[in-house]
Amino acid sequence: MVFQPVIGLEVHAELKTKSKVFCPCPVVWKAPPNTVTCPICMGFPGVLPVLNRKALELTLRTAIALNCHIHHQTIFERKNYYYPDLPKGYQISQKRIPIGFQGWLEIATASGRKKIRIHDVHLEEDTGKSVHGEEAGDPSASFIDYNRSGVPLCEIISEPDIHSVEELEQFMIKLRQLLLFLDVSECRMERGHLRFEASVSVRPQGTNTLGTRVEIKNLNSFRAVSGAVQAEIERQIALLKEGRSVQQQTMLWNEASKRTEPMRTKETAHDYRYFPEPDLVPVLISDEWLAQIRQTLPETADEKTLRFVRVYGLSEKEAELLTATPAVAHFFESAVRHFHDPKGIGNWMLGDLQGLLNESQKDWETCPVSPESLAQLVQLIDDQTISVRMAKEVLREMFATGRAPKTIVSEKGLVQIADQDYVRKVVIQVINNHPHAVADYLSGKDKLIGFFVGQVMKATGGKANPQLANRLVREALESRRTSS
Amino acid sequence: MPLTREEVLHIALLARLELDEEEIERYTWELNRILEHIEKLKELDIEGVEPTSHILPLSNVFREDEPTEPYPREDLLANAPDAVNGYFRVPRVVEES
Ligand SMILES: [Zn+2]
Repeated sequence: MVFQPVIGLEVHAELKTKSKVFCPCPVVWKAPPNTVTCPICMGFPGVLPVLNRKALELTLRTAIALNCHIHHQTIFERKNYYYPDLPKGYQISQKRIPIGFQGWLEIATASGRKKIRIHDVHLEEDTGKSVHGEEAGDPSASFIDYNRSGVPLCEIISEPDIHSVEELEQFMIKLRQLLLFLDVSECRMERGHLRFEASVSVRPQGTNTLGTRVEIKNLNSFRAVSGAVQAEIERQIALLKEGRSVQQQTMLWNEASKRTEPMRTKETAHDYRYFPEPDLVPVLISDEWLAQIRQTLPETADEKTLRFVRVYGLSEKEAELLTATPAVAHFFESAVRHFHDPKGIGNWMLGDLQGLLNESQKDWETCPVSPESLAQLVQLIDDQTISVRMAKEVLREMFATGRAPKTIVSEKGLVQIADQDYVRKVVIQVINNHPHAVADYLSGKDKLIGFFVGQVMKATGGKANPQLANRLVREALESRRTSS
Repeated sequence: MPLTREEVLHIALLARLELDEEEIERYTWELNRILEHIEKLKELDIEGVEPTSHILPLSNVFREDEPTEPYPREDLLANAPDAVNGYFRVPRVVEES
């Protein structure tokens, strides 16, 4: 029997705000424990949360971009459970009236484009962080840091429309790209900006019934999600093939053993007793406000790709690569503004410069070469000041030192010789010095042209303009043919 | 249908409350009186009335996204029964993650 996986994904994206969602504590990466906290995010009695407008607008932006319907009146609710990293004993979240609902995200699959439905998009606060036992040097205790408590999270919940690990990966890539281009989240995986929970079940191919669902929590990278879901699908299919049944449970992913394992907590069954948060007033979202947000939605990756093809004459493949992230697209467009050779700039970015970035594990945001410098380099090639070969060397130097190409070129005396009379003189000399080779060339060994050009380059220390040298060598040799 | 002793114990567990015999009996009785009152409210015709999510005639109260200085840590930790190295220390909560 062939089984079909049924996968749903919940994504928590940390929103790009300067302050927390219900208090004015700054959102910072890696501060000493409990140093970016206040009585509100520590849940002291009697404090009042006040909603951060930016966090709400970023969630709205996400909901709109995911083609959601928007609730014109939305409220916050308390999700009640007891855990030390949740200081109030409840998390402020949304359940009954989320900001956005019934949306979709389109992905590319092997069998064409497909819409994955979005159940809802809502706003909630992050919890604190606990370090347990030996990790903190005390096996009998846990240690709590509330720096993350109250950091705004946008939660995106998909419907169980995903039917393979490939589709799941496409969905994650597409969603991350969307969040990046919307500028709502930095999406830095290593900082936990995107966290996932997957629900997985399997059913006989061709049926519509839903199998027993297993949830996998605490997945913090694309690789963990794919690995965990793949392993869980295989585990469930193996169980069913043995005639056993799948238990409904919550699992964790064990990266080392590549297996999903039941979560070992004595947590009482989910009984969150949601009720409206009396400390926050309802949010009314008018049509005017929505229209304003719609108007200021940044260009999506797909729109940008099309524009790059249309405006810059790039191939679709080039345009796709140059719009993979906002950073690479921004780099490209800045460079093109400095010197208008989109093809040339695109080629250098996707070729040598991308290679240098990979070698040093940097990205377009941390690239030591500025867009302006790259534009200058391409200009130096276009106006034949330097050859492509020299440019590769100059780029390497620019990458290592961050200096401008013109400075490097003049310091190293790299300027190529495009002076016809001078190069012609060298060509004549080279030809006179190699009579045998000349004879061989004239008797039909055309390939010897490369040898002569090589000699000219050698005699000029690599500085002769190669196209020029090539042309002059050919002219000189051909003139021998007619004169002989 | 009255609230049972088991349900009261479940609610107590969710709230991490430890109740003695006398309290279990008292709360079972009190909670049932509250529920009876709620039952009475059910007699009202509320067809077409949206659930109230807030009693104040207010909406859209926001703060701008401007961070301020966080609180001094020692002040925040001052009330903690147990704190060490800037952390709250609590009895260990998970066996293994
Ligand atoms: Zn705070």
